[in-house]
Amino acid sequence: METILAFVIGGLYAAGLYMLLRRSLVKLVIGLALLGQAANLLIFTLGRLLRGRPPLVPPDAAALAGSSADPVPQALILTAIVIGFGVHAFTIILIKRAYQTVDSDDLDDFRTTDQ
Amino acid sequence: MILPCFPHWAGEEGIGEVSTVAITGLERDGMIAAIFSGFLLALLAPTVVRLARRQAGWLLALLPAGLTLYFARLLGPVSAGRTVAVSVPWVPDLGISLSFYLDGLSLLFALLICGVGALVVVYAGSYLKGHPHLGRFYLYLLAFMASMLGLVLADNGLTMFVFWELTGLASFLLIGFEHERESARAAALQALLVTGAGGLALLAGLVLLAQASGSAELSTLLQNGRSLQGHPLYLPILLLVLAGAFTKSAQFPFHFWLPGAMEAPTPVSAYLHSATMVKAGVYLLARLSPVLGGSDAWHYLVVGAGTATMLLGALIALWQADLKRLLAYSTVSTLGALVLLLGLDTVLSVKAATLFLLAHALYKGALFLVAGVVDHETGTRDVTRLGNLARAMPVTALAAGLAALSMAGLPPLLGFINKELLYEAKLQAPRAAVWVTGAGVLANVCLVAVAGTVGLAPFLRRRADLPKKPHEAPPAMLLGPAVLAAMSLLCGLFPETVANSLLSAAVSAVRAQPTVVELKLWHGINPVFALSVLTLAAGAGLFAARDVLRRAGALGDAVGRFGPQRWYQGLLAGLNGLARAQTRLLQHGYLRLYLMTVILTTVGLVGSALLLGGGEVRPMGGLGDVRFHEWVIAALILLGALMAVTTSSRLAAAAALSVIGYGVALIYMLFSAPDLAMTQFAVETLTVILFVLVVYRLPRFAALSGRGARVRDALVALLAGGLMTALVLIATSVPREPHLAAFFAQYSWPLAKGRNVVNVILVDFRALDTLGEITVLGVAAIGVYALLRLRPSSHPR
Repeated sequence: METILAFVIGGLYAAGLYMLLRRSLVKLVIGLALLGQAANLLIFTLGRLLRGRPPLVPPDAAALAGSSADPVPQALILTAIVIGFGVHAFTIILIKRAYQTVDSDDLDDFRTTDQ
Repeated sequence: MILPCFPHWAGEEGIGEVSTVAITGLERDGMIAAIFSGFLLALLAPTVVRLARRQAGWLLALLPAGLTLYFARLLGPVSAGRTVAVSVPWVPDLGISLSFYLDGLSLLFALLICGVGALVVVYAGSYLKGHPHLGRFYLYLLAFMASMLGLVLADNGLTMFVFWELTGLASFLLIGFEHERESARAAALQALLVTGAGGLALLAGLVLLAQASGSAELSTLLQNGRSLQGHPLYLPILLLVLAGAFTKSAQFPFHFWLPGAMEAPTPVSAYLHSATMVKAGVYLLARLSPVLGGSDAWHYLVVGAGTATMLLGALIALWQADLKRLLAYSTVSTLGALVLLLGLDTVLSVKAATLFLLAHALYKGALFLVAGVVDHETGTRDVTRLGNLARAMPVTALAAGLAALSMAGLPPLLGFINKELLYEAKLQAPRAAVWVTGAGVLANVCLVAVAGTVGLAPFLRRRADLPKKPHEAPPAMLLGPAVLAAMSLLCGLFPETVANSLLSAAVSAVRAQPTVVELKLWHGINPVFALSVLTLAAGAGLFAARDVLRRAGALGDAVGRFGPQRWYQGLLAGLNGLARAQTRLLQHGYLRLYLMTVILTTVGLVGSALLLGGGEVRPMGGLGDVRFHEWVIAALILLGALMAVTTSSRLAAAAALSVIGYGVALIYMLFSAPDLAMTQFAVETLTVILFVLVVYRLPRFAALSGRGARVRDALVALLAGGLMTALVLIATSVPREPHLAAFFAQYSWPLAKGRNVVNVILVDFRALDTLGEITVLGVAAIGVYALLRLRPSSHPR
């Protein structure tokens, strides 16, 4: 499964970077979202994949079984998802505002600070 | 006078001392006070000017006058062969100390710096009367004086360099003093760049010198004499030091900045660009000639540059019409002659150079100040318009006449003795004496004509065409020219006193051995005297023909247009062009090109490391255990990505994004991460709602790039994606030991009483991180609110 996810991650990175390289403002935001998914999936895969063994301590045990999934990458990704949402929401509103102010969605028109 | 014993070049006060003249501790420490009092007064100068107004010049001149007396008191001990040294640690780790050292050569310069300084400070108070920035002017001028004193007294090479650069900085500020004039700013920058570049070369030379000899103290270097000349670093050191000296002292081909520096107010030209700063290069050559001098390379380079500069300056001076430019080019010529003499490196030539230094400072300082008076009182510096001033300005005329006669070399003035000595030294030159003497005669003939044009014609010529009616200048402006001209006369009448007290010690310092200088006004009729007479006669002829020469000067100017000034401009334009080109190339302002640079650099670096480091790709487990629904999810994610990239509809892109998001959430769910899956589902839903809410306020998808750009970007993106795939494949094939996971697995329940380990990490073990995360979300929410609700008042939209 890691092999398949490796290609999924590569595909998401390629798509995200391609969108970042566009001149359109909206495509930039979509590129950022794609990159976020790619990065989360990258960390997840590097933590190894296990089916059906969530890092939960069973009610009758005091410690997690050695064969459970690694909780550390999951904790990192959980944070990343939430922060990613905050960044995403802010960026969407920001480009909306920038579009209103500059009156263009062509990034080449954003080259100087003077209007 | 015979010196009983010339002390060896030991630091403290001279060892093996026989002389009875003692140097007190006060006088030794006074040297540091002398330098730094100048900087202190410079800082106070604006306040003094504000408070004392008209009398400020006189008041400020008290310090240089006092310093002149202090140094004059040292004349006795120093001419008896003693030296003064004092040292304060500065940067001990680098072997840099604030060490100062005074011998005959330093003393000659120190006296000129303080003496001429006092006169110029008084003069400037009247010359710039009522100028709104007079305080600033004095700040620069006094800071220069202190720096120049530091330069000639410094013992440590690097300390000297610091003061050397400070004089350049002060010169920059003073040339650009009238900063509202473009020409003044350009001239200031040119002087700074030329001398600054030379200064850097000098720094390199001094560092190499310290490395080669093992000491940065000049006094120690002098003690070792010429032992360095076989060292492999000798030639680099020589070239670098000469580059510093030649730029500072305006030697060909760096001479062009000096005439430009005439943009400075006239007191500055008299002080920095004639009497003191431009002689710093000469000082350096004289100071280091006991160490670096005497070799063939020294001889050819120094004599060559000096001769070229001497002839060039004298010839160009002939056809100048502006008083200050006439004087500037004749100064260039003199600097060339001084360098030439030091290059000859005989006892006689050093004597001549030392005397010339003094004589030139006296007469050229006077003439510059006179030029300032004439400009101030008549409103013009054009020699073709000036005339008939002797009646209106008798004192100025007398001073100018004396100075001009000294410059032309007429008895009984100091210039006459000087010229005799010059010719004698050149006739006895070790190599090519005839050529050197011939060049000297030619240059002096031109300078005789220049002296007449500057010092005599404006006062005695019958015709005149003046912008305003001339009056005699105020006393403050007469003092300088009068004192300097009188000194030319007095020194000419009593040459023995000057020789005994000042010149012998200076020459001894340059020769690094006791040397006696004997000067006489009258040597009798000999070949040297014949040359003097010939020079005067030919010079008088040139003087008579000066108007013709000036008209012919257009030809010279045409040739000069291809000279070093042009090279400088070309070099500067090239440098600016290069800076502009590389800025345009690197700082183009296109976000996607910056990104592409970052991506390609990363791909290049990481990719090459992977290829070279032999990262082995061993797919783990293969594809056999992959279940059907997992294939479907992976395919959906990739399809979603393809759709997000290719669609031309904003809504479709949003839909594609949520397909990807839900697909990733499913993967989390399938592979033992239920918390991630739940969060992801919630966040994806929120994102889609947000996107759909604002999507019609967003600009439409526009295909802004051409086909070529899209293909190029796609290739770059696929390259980077491929790299990430390879990284994942390599990283997952390496065995992994989850220490952290073991810790949390063991302590999650006993310590934190939580069974969901991921939650325990977030809210307990790493709770502060989560607090930070909540803060970020809060800030983002405030930002969103601000962007939605607040309107900048300047934007009515």
